[in-house]
Parts: sequence; C-alpha cells; structure tokens
Amino acid sequence: MCLAIPGKLVDVFDDHGLKMGRVDYAGTVNTACLEYVPEASAGEYVLVHAGFAISILDEQEAQKTLDLWDEMVEAAASEGMDIFGMPLDAQDHARGSTEELP
Amino acid sequence: MKYLDEFRDPDIARKILGEIRRVTTRPWVIMEICGGQTHSIIKNGIHQLLPDEIELVHGPGCPVCVTPLELIDRAVAIASKPGVIFTSFGDMLRVPGSRKDLFMVKSEGGDVRVVYSPLDAVKLARDNPDRHVVFFAVGFETTAPNNAMAVWQAHREGLDNFSVLVSHVLVPPAMSALLSSPNNRVQGYLAAGHVCTIMGWEEYEPIVEQFRVPVVVTGFEPVDILEGVLMVVTQLEQGISRVENQYSRAVRREGNMPARDLIRRVFEISDRKWRGIGSIPMSGFKLRAEFAAHDAELLFDAGAIQVDEPEICISGLVLQGLKKPYECPAFGKECTPMTPLGATMVSTEGACAAYHSYHRHQLVPDVTS
Amino acid sequence: MSLPELHTNGSTAPRSLAAENFAQCPLPITGHDTVQLGHGSGGKMTGDLISKLFLWAFENPVLARLDDSAVVSLGDSRLAISTDSFVVDPIFFPGGDIGELAVYGTVNDVAMSGALPVYISLAFILEEGLPLADLKRIVESIRRAAARANVTVVTGDTKVLNHGKGDKIFINTTGIGILEHDYDLSSRNLRPGDQLILSGGLAEHGMAILSRREGLEFETPIRSDTAPLIDLAQITLDVGGDDVRAMRDATRGGLAAVANEFAVASGIGIRLYESEIPVKPPVAGACEFLGFDPLHVANEGKMVVAAAGERAAEILEAIRKHPLGADAAIIGAVTSENAGMVSMQTRIGGWRIVDMMVGEQLPRIC
Repeated sequence: MCLAIPGKLVDVFDDHGLKMGRVDYAGTVNTACLEYVPEASAGEYVLVHAGFAISILDEQEAQKTLDLWDEMVEAAASEGMDIFGMPLDAQDHARGSTEELP
Repeated sequence: MKYLDEFRDPDIARKILGEIRRVTTRPWVIMEICGGQTHSIIKNGIHQLLPDEIELVHGPGCPVCVTPLELIDRAVAIASKPGVIFTSFGDMLRVPGSRKDLFMVKSEGGDVRVVYSPLDAVKLARDNPDRHVVFFAVGFETTAPNNAMAVWQAHREGLDNFSVLVSHVLVPPAMSALLSSPNNRVQGYLAAGHVCTIMGWEEYEPIVEQFRVPVVVTGFEPVDILEGVLMVVTQLEQGISRVENQYSRAVRREGNMPARDLIRRVFEISDRKWRGIGSIPMSGFKLRAEFAAHDAELLFDAGAIQVDEPEICISGLVLQGLKKPYECPAFGKECTPMTPLGATMVSTEGACAAYHSYHRHQLVPDVTS
Repeated sequence: MSLPELHTNGSTAPRSLAAENFAQCPLPITGHDTVQLGHGSGGKMTGDLISKLFLWAFENPVLARLDDSAVVSLGDSRLAISTDSFVVDPIFFPGGDIGELAVYGTVNDVAMSGALPVYISLAFILEEGLPLADLKRIVESIRRAAARANVTVVTGDTKVLNHGKGDKIFINTTGIGILEHDYDLSSRNLRPGDQLILSGGLAEHGMAILSRREGLEFETPIRSDTAPLIDLAQITLDVGGDDVRAMRDATRGGLAAVANEFAVASGIGIRLYESEIPVKPPVAGACEFLGFDPLHVANEGKMVVAAAGERAAEILEAIRKHPLGADAAIIGAVTSENAGMVSMQTRIGGWRIVDMMVGEQLPRIC
C-alpha cells in the first residue's frame, strides 16, 4: 500500500487557503499539499504520497543507517572478501552466459 | 535520487544479507503487511536472496485488494449515473466488480477520471459546479489524511457537488485478527513504514504485548526491507519481542500529529469488511455525521447489490499469508492479470499479480510438474 | 512437486474471522464486449486482438511475421511497407508534435527492417473546429521531419468529422522503403548467446506526453525523444552485417514489449540487466512518483538491436558515435533457458520477470 516518494521541496505557496509546495524529484517537479508538514521549508526533503507531503525526511537518521553498513562493507572489502566471506573477484555476474536462473 | 538510490545500493544489500545469514539458525515466518513492500520484494527479487530458513508471507496491505466487491459495484453504479464525474486513483479502475469495472463504465460513456491527488478531485468540483464529483476514497492510514483533507476543503469551500465513497481500512486490527487465527503462521511483522509515518508505532505495542511477536517498522527500498528482516530475525533468534523502527528517516514514534488530527475530525472508526478476509471489528473509517453531505454512499441510491464468487479462488488465504499465490490451481491459468479471478491478481500490488508479473517462471513449473 | 492441497471457501477459515465471508472473490471478467483503451496499449490486450482477430482474418506468411514492417518482393526489388495511425493527446507536446511523430514513427518501422525509407503517404482525419493555425503548424512540422528523414510525401487524404466525433486530429502514414541487402532481420531470429543493445534512455516520450495530460500535469525538462532512427539502423547493419538478428523501435509497451516479442517469436529467453538500462534522472523521478515502470513506457526514438554476442561491443561503439545513440548500452542477453520469457537481474542481484503490460499504465497510490 501507499507509494510514497522522497523529493526536495522547492518553494511554498497558498492555494485556496491550503499550504502547498513544489517538490522536485530528480528534475521533475510536481505540487504537493504541505498541510501535514507545516514546518517544512524549501531545501528540505519530504516524503510525498498521493499529492501530500506526509513526513520531512531526517537526513541524520538516513545517514546513520547507511554509515553503519558502509563501514561493514569497507571492513569486509579491506580483507579482500565480500560480505559472505567469499573472495571479491568471484562475485562478478556472468554476463551473457546461459546459466540457469537461480 | 537522494533517499532512494542509497537505499538500493547492492553492496549494502549484500552486507545485510550476510548478516541475516549469520544470525539465522532456524526457520522463521515473517509477514510484510504492506502490499508496497510485497511489490518491492518481488520486483527486486529480495525473497530469493534470503536464506531458505526465512519465509516471507505477504499480508493484506493492499487497499485495492481488500476493498469489498459490493463497494466496487456501488462505485460502478454511481459512476454510471448522468451528471457524475467519478474520480479515482488509477489502481481502482481495473478492479472488477461482479459485472464490470470502472474502465468499462468509461468505455460506455461514463465520465471516469484518474486523479493523482484527492485535491485534484476537489478542484474538478470547483471547476464544474453543474456536475457532481465523486472521489473513490480508498486506502489505509497513509491515504486517510489526504482523503480527509479533500472532504475538509470541500466542506470549507461549501462545495456541495463533491462527495467521497469511503473504503478506509486500518492495519493494526488486521494484524491482531491474523495473529488470533488458529491457523496463524506469522512469527514476526514488518510493519508498513508509510502507515506508521502517519500513525506512529504506539498502536503496535499492545499487539507485541499480547502476542509476543516482533514488529519492525520498515521502509520500502531493498536496504530497508533487508534491514527490517534482519531486525525481526535478530529478535526472534534472541527470543524477544518489541517494536523497533527501521524507517527512522521518515517515521517518528507519535507519527504525524496534524494528519492524525484531521483524520479524527473527519472520520470515525467503524467496522469494515475486507475483501477476502471478512468483517473485522473497528478496522476502518467512515465519515463523521457532520460530513454526511459529502458521503456518496448516502447521496446515491445504488440499489441492492448481488455478489457471486468463483469457488476456485484462494485470494482470502493468500491475503492472510496462509497460501502462496502459486499454490492456487488457477494461478497463471484461468487467473491472470488480464483475467483476474481475485483482487490479489487485479492490483499490481496484490500478491498474485506481483508473483505473476515478476516471478512466474520459477514457480509455475514447480507446481505443475 | 505435487499440487498442494486445495483450500477454498472457508475450509481453513480462521474462526476469529467471519467465515461466511471468507475467500471473497469477484466474478471473473474474462472478456470484453466492447473495445477498451487497453486494446490499443501495445501490451497483452493488443496482442490478443491481433492474434485472435486480425491474424485469423487475414492470415498470410508476410503478415504472420508480425514485424514492424512487411517485407515484400515486387519485380526485382525488395520493399518494406509499414503503416501507422497517430492519435496523441496533447497534439503538441514537449519535444515534438503529432506531425513529426507521424513521420518518424512510420519511417522508423520501415528502417527497423533494414530498409531505407523513400516514400510516405499522409492521411488526415480532422475534427471540425480544429484551428487552421494548428493544422498549418503540424504540416510544417511534417515537412521538416520528412526532409530530415529524407522521405517524400507522395500521396494523401483528408477527411473531416463532425465536432465531437474525433479528437482534433488523427494522422495515418504509410511508409515504403527499399532493401538493398539480403540480411534477414526478424524478431524470430534471436539465438542463445546474442546480446541486446538499447540506443538510449527509456521512457522520455511517454513521460513527456503524460506531463501535459489534463489532470496530471507536472513540470519537467523531459522532452519526447521522437527522432528518425534511419542512421542508427544503417550504422548497425554496416558494422554488424548478417550478425544483426533483429532491430525494433521500442514504442508503445516500451522495452518490455519488444523484449517479450523477441522472446516469444524466437522461442528463447531474454535476461536484462537493470543496472545497465539507461533512464535519465528526471524521467526516473517522474516514473517514481506516478508509480510507473520505465520498462513499459513508450519511446519514439529508441531502438533495440539483437546481435551476435561477439559483435555486440563493436556495434555498440558505432552506435554511440552517433548523437542519437550517445547513451546506448548493452542491456541484456539471450539464453536458451526460460524460452519465451524475459527476466531481469535486479540492481541488488535478485531477478524478476519482465512481463508485458496488461493495459494502460495508470498512476497508482500503492
């Protein structure tokens, strides 16, 4: 349920008494209702579902997740292993082969 | 795209998979409640990458799938009336009622339009004062504030030519109902991240308390889903159960207060019938009496609705995680996205359609050989 | 594995749920009594209409090939013929209009057979009330496009419908081209070991159109990719020769439709690599918020080449030297397994089926 996509808030305007904004999705811009993120300001990333911003994305929280796993990937790579403990050079995918699908 | 690409990173995904393999010692059954997560799991092939011990079962979290057949018939009847502009999210147009779907109404001359936002439907009402605009207000808690705002705004502007046909369902009562079932197999939940964006996760604490199952609020990208699985499995392996939040970049404990507030003002909790599951007490929203003037169900007499069901379809079992789509004898044969027998095959987010679109050829030979 | 035990209609219904309402399913709608939009989407419903009605009625070996254009012999010449009707809303869109679309769409179909397009016909079905200024603008656009594609408009027709009986303007064009070589290009020719080349980013035409569609408008730098593929087709054949198996422009139904047609017609499997398929960021962004899959969205200036694996890199290099092929990539391979199906290795290393769309793609909330 509930497709929601992150985009960058470009600006804020009023439409028939509702707080609205333009949200940028990698260069494509659409409007969204901002009534549920009243504190959102231009430059922030919001999560948009069916024309409404439903949350302001927390950059620090996002980074926390990524940093944790980045460190573990680097730690494994520094030992020449992938994360399953297999040598790194063994994991290239076999392009163009006719191998059976998994 | 920021906040998407990073969470689709194959290196990080592989790292989490490694951790899942490391901590898993026994078989576990985990349900992802949300159809959006089912879609992402199948679309990214996540389920095939998990260790064999972990079985993901797909929950009833697809609003298109669980909207009762009678209500689709009602929508079809209303959309067929002269003077009506019937608006809906795109998903609902293909869902078959007992005789036709909304697409057929359109091809027969009905004014059926797809909108991206419920406010687009309000705008149509504003721009067409001589017509009556009906919006098909389906969805879970995520969509409820949007639909509430449409009603609120129409009410505020005095647009008496705008109404909504409401079919709103709530996740926690369905989770409890599934866990209460004597056939329940679910040992842990990935809770629907976007629902929790609105509602927070306080509602899950009594469920964890009562049923002792881990609940992890989870996002939708591969890294999110894998991390959610890891967090559930870690709890299961340690014999603990609590609510955790994987989707912390979007979800706060209390949810979205302004959204919850408007939901409360416009809707009240009611019993709801779920297609494929049946009636679940206090599992949905209906419009409050003060908004009766915007309630399409009261405004339009759609007549008595007769409902017939094909016997072969097991979508009810699929929705409860008791059966996988390919275990249905009709799957991929009588029942395909072009000729759906059940709602789970109709919505692109339904478990059967997701399996059919993204997963058919490994599984069909398996069950037919 | 044996068939699982069948449970239906409440035989295992949990008692805590209303058993009498269990396993709710709608009646099947297995067919339609009237034509639906989906019949024109280029997906499964279109395929059904073609195979069950048109092929049945007009069965002959040329038509049965179901390639983008028919290759026929006339005297000593081998000719490619293709016809196409254009209905697009809006008629003017970012990056093009219905006029140039009508030229390029048809010459591309001719070019995909390896022929050099020479002549086109031009038939207008106009709605009463269409501003003449719009028609003039469209005709000028057709003139420019025909010059760019190096084809001559040699015959035409005009009909006018009562106001409300049509939507502004429909255009039909038929193209004729000449084949100057003996290569047999067909979607039936693919074999295991072949590779697939895509000439550039996906979904630009479809999303450009959608951005101007009434009720769904959004701001985007996306422009339709409508362009003649004649040069790219000739380059491909010059370099690849008879190691080129088939060429297809990925129009309605998108890359997914082309790949599925290849897989079914040749009785082979196709495996795509998600991470190699080019999609420009604003296109990806628009697809994300509408819930569209770029693999299913229409293109009007992108071709898919299937060629022998060992020649693919060389062909790719030549295509990339042309401005229209700058973002070309090898996006998939032909396998003997999973015949008739298209699968895709996902970015994170899983895999999935890539099916044809059933009907129109629609913005979804879930």
